[in-house]
Amino acid sequence: MSVVEATTPAIRKTALNVLHRQMGAKMVEFNGWDMPVEYPSSGGIIAEHNAVRTGVGIFDVSHMGDIRLQGPEALAAVQHISMNDASRLAVGQAQYSALLYSQGTFVDDVIVHRLGEDDYLLVINAGTRERDFNWVRDNTRQFNCKVENLSDDFTQIAIQGPKGVDLLQKLTDANLSVVKFYWVTRGTVCGLKNTLIARTGYTAEDGFEIYIPADESTSAMVWNRVLEAGKEFGVVACGLGARNTLRLEGKLPLYGHEISDTINVWEAGLDRFCKMEKPEFVGRAALERAKTEGLKRTLVGLEMVERGIARDGYKVQDDHGHEIGYVTSGSFAPFLKKNIALAYVPPGFANIGSTVKVEIRSQGVKAQVVPTPFYKRPRKN
Amino acid sequence: MSYPTDFRYTKEHEWIKSDGKSATIGITNHAQESLGDIVFVELPKVGTELAAGKTFGSVESVKAVSDLYAPASGAVTEVNAELATAPEKINKDAHTAWMVKIVLKNPGELNSLLSAADYEKFVAEEGGH
Repeated sequence: MSVVEATTPAIRKTALNVLHRQMGAKMVEFNGWDMPVEYPSSGGIIAEHNAVRTGVGIFDVSHMGDIRLQGPEALAAVQHISMNDASRLAVGQAQYSALLYSQGTFVDDVIVHRLGEDDYLLVINAGTRERDFNWVRDNTRQFNCKVENLSDDFTQIAIQGPKGVDLLQKLTDANLSVVKFYWVTRGTVCGLKNTLIARTGYTAEDGFEIYIPADESTSAMVWNRVLEAGKEFGVVACGLGARNTLRLEGKLPLYGHEISDTINVWEAGLDRFCKMEKPEFVGRAALERAKTEGLKRTLVGLEMVERGIARDGYKVQDDHGHEIGYVTSGSFAPFLKKNIALAYVPPGFANIGSTVKVEIRSQGVKAQVVPTPFYKRPRKN
Repeated sequence: MSYPTDFRYTKEHEWIKSDGKSATIGITNHAQESLGDIVFVELPKVGTELAAGKTFGSVESVKAVSDLYAPASGAVTEVNAELATAPEKINKDAHTAWMVKIVLKNPGELNSLLSAADYEKFVAEEGGH
């Protein structure tokens, strides 16, 4: 997963790379990108994670990619390549969706934003940027719409946490109180006119993602002003480490872990984002067949009962020690203060309360199937 | 953070403090710094025979799992049980948050370990910048 593909010329850097290093961030290679994993100056992963749960944290997520589809048949194209129903989107609305192979497995998961009448923006994952764009271009040739890879055009900054709205409101003329979760607006942010502001994120918390020009000086100006404006809210810079534990507590899938080109929509439990009432989309026929065949494995949440931390790739066993599945993601959960994991197991082991074992250093360590998401943010109304 | 001169160190980032007969073992400040928030420690039971250079347990941060390597051979006489519920003590002060105590089987083994000065040099070189 973290292997740089042979075609990747060099490790890539976001426009904020120098700033991260100046802030003393620990840098790691992630999907071909040199990214901050944590900022010791913020207190490390646990402090960053809890700042997002209780206050606000900011992330450089410029490694995410962006594909824009524009033109008279943009909606038809989006409908063809994604599993959710984009025809339900009002202008300014966004939805979680996925691009599927004809086998019903994942090219990637995406957020589809409807920016205008015939104008859609897909936000895609870093590790699958080029593959996604090629796949989208190849599968939309029959439609009258322009497909553009805007991945290098934006610095994307995520402002996440219950105080994110108050922080960002200080820096924009857009009235954020009327922007609902999974809606987008435009406004002047830090003096940058017509900035795209989306109330989205990958932390299972309220928050915003802003899209600004990708040049270094503009990016640094906005990043620093967000940190400055956030002081009164205790804002901290957060890295990929906290991003991962935050999304895990919220059971948000990560490509290459919970979803991949060998896992289908039903297995991943993403049924509610897959609209089979749509007459056609890539992968639909295979999903129809898979539905009649029934599930062989399903994604469950585990909480460790005995001492130990389940990690990605660890085997899951039944009570007798027979291998039944595997862990896709696992960690100490900083806010819940429990050791949690997501795992694929046969449906017979998926009932809440079922006990299984996770093989940790050759020992079967007891775990229990628990309801997911592990963490749900408190809603105001 | 300075490295106590009465400790010896391994290239796997453990420290050992000895009176010539028995010894106390932990991980270095550099180790805790590079691991980040430590959330889990797995240590051997009292009576377990450690073999120099072999793994005797593991330490996990939020992100990573690392093996612990025995700086010297000997039987475990005491385990720091506090670390089971408060592993973050290692982040707070790695050089006092000891892990196990052993009776040295061969005190001469310590001669091949790094001094504080050599360990600091090793860490600086390993970092590369």
